[in-house]
Amino acid sequence: MNWYAIRAIYGFEMARTRRTLMQSIASPVISTSLYFVVFGSAIGSRMVEIDGISYGAFIIPGLIMLSLLNESISNASFGIYFPRFSGTIYEVLSAPVSPLEIVMGYVGAAASKSVILGLLILATARLFVDYHIAHPVWMLAFLVTTAVTFSLFGFIIGIWADGFEKLQIVPMMLVTPLTFLGGSFYSINMLPPLWQTITLFNPVVYLISAFRWSFYGVADVAVGVSIAAILGFLLLCLGGIFWIFRTGYRLKQ
Amino acid sequence: MTGIIQVDGLNKLYRGGFQALRDVNLSIRKGEIFALLGPNGAGKTTLISIICGIVTPSSGTVLADGHDIVSDYRAARSRIGLVPQELTTDAFESVWNTVSFSRGLFGKPRDDAHIEKVLRDLSLWDKRNNRLLELSGGMKRRVMIAKALSHEPQILFLDEPTAGVDVELRRDMWEMVSSLREAGVTIILTTHYIEEAEAMADRIGVIRKGELILVEDKTTLMDKLGQKELRLQLTEPLERIPDALGRAGLSLSDDGYRLTYSYDAHSEQGSVAAVLRQLNELGIEFSDLQSRQSSLEDIFVSLVHEEVA
Ligand SMILES: Nc1ncnc2c1ncn2[C@@H]1O[C@H](COP(=O)(O)OP(=O)(O)OP(=O)(O)O)[C@@H](O)[C@H]1O
Ligand SMILES: [Mg+2]
Repeated sequence: MNWYAIRAIYGFEMARTRRTLMQSIASPVISTSLYFVVFGSAIGSRMVEIDGISYGAFIIPGLIMLSLLNESISNASFGIYFPRFSGTIYEVLSAPVSPLEIVMGYVGAAASKSVILGLLILATARLFVDYHIAHPVWMLAFLVTTAVTFSLFGFIIGIWADGFEKLQIVPMMLVTPLTFLGGSFYSINMLPPLWQTITLFNPVVYLISAFRWSFYGVADVAVGVSIAAILGFLLLCLGGIFWIFRTGYRLKQ
Repeated sequence: MTGIIQVDGLNKLYRGGFQALRDVNLSIRKGEIFALLGPNGAGKTTLISIICGIVTPSSGTVLADGHDIVSDYRAARSRIGLVPQELTTDAFESVWNTVSFSRGLFGKPRDDAHIEKVLRDLSLWDKRNNRLLELSGGMKRRVMIAKALSHEPQILFLDEPTAGVDVELRRDMWEMVSSLREAGVTIILTTHYIEEAEAMADRIGVIRKGELILVEDKTTLMDKLGQKELRLQLTEPLERIPDALGRAGLSLSDDGYRLTYSYDAHSEQGSVAAVLRQLNELGIEFSDLQSRQSSLEDIFVSLVHEEVA
């Protein structure tokens, strides 16, 4: 293992975050806070409880997931896309590093940022709503696994993209709608039966459901099923990355 | 004998079907300065990129210090430093950070003293805390060199290191290259300034349309292919070359005032003296005499333009 290289890439990416602190940390925290103000405190106080949880508390896991998914994808995709775009990728390609080390550096940094961000949002939420976490270890495990999985996914997008607009398309056109429709703001049990079935094809449902379970001990989908779905998606992303490096897809001529 | 870089039967077919390299065989000797010459699009960058792991070969093998660049890429690449042709830098990084990053990337533990030395040698020390976007093009080029030297490579590739670099910096670079060579580093460079290759290289390879058409010691090449020329400014014009001179290689300018004698420096030793003696006997007087040797540039141009037989 070339640990120095992993550290160099990781450190480089984290330094980029520090340079753009406003954009990478402050803005998601602020925008999520707005949700808490509006849905948690203002409207939330007039909403009925869901599964015995106040509405403000109910939406916390979903909102964290929303930020976590978007930030993981955008951090990781930008992290690898930008060197490809600027040409500085030559150095990584010519260095004695294995694909695994490259991924550990870039994806590790992107996932770390998202986890930090998720925890910051969680802390911020405390200012607006009261909540408790039933299974903190599981909560952290879901947070980290989801951050890693979607950073891997972002890495794949960053390699697939051949323009900046494509970097935006997936988070905007796919992840945000799926998160909104995946039960961030409601329990899918509140939907009519047909829509409940359709919703089960939305992978984000499993993420949110499991994550909410770690908070409040209630879930839309059985936790075991959710864990299987999350791990399945993780393996899918790992497979994609394995294929990219084996074929040199969009990395080498 | 195998070289520090050993290229065997290398071919590169780009996607889209363009053959950029054709059966290239090359052996670079440890410690030498090897200049790779060729017109635009000849395949120089492609060859270097394959050796450095940026482009995948279509067929053939490359060994760097005995390590296969594909199956044993870690060992191979850790020995190699590359200064690419294109200036690509992380605009927002500081000089110090970007150079330290390169060292880490190549698997070397942090060594501030070494980085400092590299930056000082390249006159970048004062700029170490500047962001790259604040540097001039020539300085950025030096940063790229610093990055390549940050991990103490044994083999250094310089792909047109002096493109767009002013005269003074070019001299500095030549000096840097020779001091690296003294330190035992093998250097492979490409350049479009032939006088640069002439001044620095031990051996020269010429690549044309993806084929390595010649590899030769610089001095041998210049002796073997170099023509010498003797120019005489005559006091009286000649109408034509006198039969008595009767020699190949003589030509007369249109106005009849300049007689030029081209000859092979190697095989026709003593022929200049003979020509001068004959002129004397014929009573042809000259006011000035000039002798010149064709430069590597002349040789290069004639090689590259010569069509494949
Ligand atoms: N990624 C690519 N895809 C397809 N063809 C390519 C690619 N890169 C280079 N080529 C082609 O391969 C040939 C060799 O290119 P290369 O960059 O190796 O030339 P070069 O000798 O370095 O030229 P120069 O002196 O201009 O730098 C050129 O005809 C070029 O168009
Ligand atoms: Mg080139």
